[in-house]
Amino acid sequence: MWNDWQTDSYEGQTSELVKIKGYQDDEINAYVARPNGTGPYPGVVLLHHMPGWDEFCRETARRFADHGYIVICPNLYERFGHGTPVDVAAKARGEGGVSDESVVADAKASLDYLKGLSNCTGKVAVLGHCSGGRHSYLAACRVTGFSAIIDYWGGNVIMPSDRITEKQPVSPIEYTKDLSCPILGIFGNDDQNPPPDQVDQHEEELKKHGKSYEFHRYEGAGHGFWYYDRPAYRQEQTMDSWGKTFEFLSKHLS
Amino acid sequence: MCTMIVENVTIDGSGKGSKGWFNLKKANVSFDHPFNAQFDHSLNIDFVNDDLGIEHRVAVELSRDSAQKLIEAISTALARGDEQLGST
Repeated sequence: MWNDWQTDSYEGQTSELVKIKGYQDDEINAYVARPNGTGPYPGVVLLHHMPGWDEFCRETARRFADHGYIVICPNLYERFGHGTPVDVAAKARGEGGVSDESVVADAKASLDYLKGLSNCTGKVAVLGHCSGGRHSYLAACRVTGFSAIIDYWGGNVIMPSDRITEKQPVSPIEYTKDLSCPILGIFGNDDQNPPPDQVDQHEEELKKHGKSYEFHRYEGAGHGFWYYDRPAYRQEQTMDSWGKTFEFLSKHLS
Repeated sequence: MCTMIVENVTIDGSGKGSKGWFNLKKANVSFDHPFNAQFDHSLNIDFVNDDLGIEHRVAVELSRDSAQKLIEAISTALARGDEQLGST
């Protein structure tokens, strides 16, 4: 929780780039932030949002590490080349985004990386914002071994047939029956994608399949309300949902 | 959210990027999150040349109204050009 530590307790963390073998055995970069110490610590796979493997994601990774999690954030856009995060993300956008198949495999590789660490408890959550929320849902449904998933305003979890593409061939909600862990959903009621009625549909589908879920919908917030560099930022809703995030992770990764 | 709406068009011309002028080969036109403009969604055009590398990109991010005005301005300018010079 915010400001919830003892002023005489040790604190330190390390963040660095590592290489992992992802989709089709490609070597990809991943950003890892971890507390210094023997742990053992639970893990988090952070799947970056559509604007890329960017500063927001690295800062978010470090914040989770501050709170006692080993975090890995793979570069899902590795195959589009290297440059500034924005140039790379623009290239990905121009090519219709990254394929779901590639993301799921990179998420699995990230999970395996964490489970292979001697100071990781082996309890790992997958989470992400925007497209990262959608990708996290896909990963939690299609990869076994995650202990929790957090979907922050992931749009296109429900995809009408005219939005199906070669790279995104299945509407993620179709995989709900295979969801293997509890889910926390964080949404803004002013969001256009996912709009509130789609969040309701998603909730109904989770209920139908008897899944453990916790959805929070915020008034006065739209899409991306954690993004402090954008006008969408909402301070009160952001801080409240950070609190719900840590409560949820503490409950399911202990 | 990420709409993933993108249209790709082959083009011919020049653009001035961070490293000077370069030959343009493609425009990626999307309606999605901008990277810089302070909108939730915008009409984005990336003028690129994939042969030259990822950093060769001229980008604009426009509000919907601005994009509509631009379409009209381009159409008007082209029509006036055709009127004066004939279609080239």
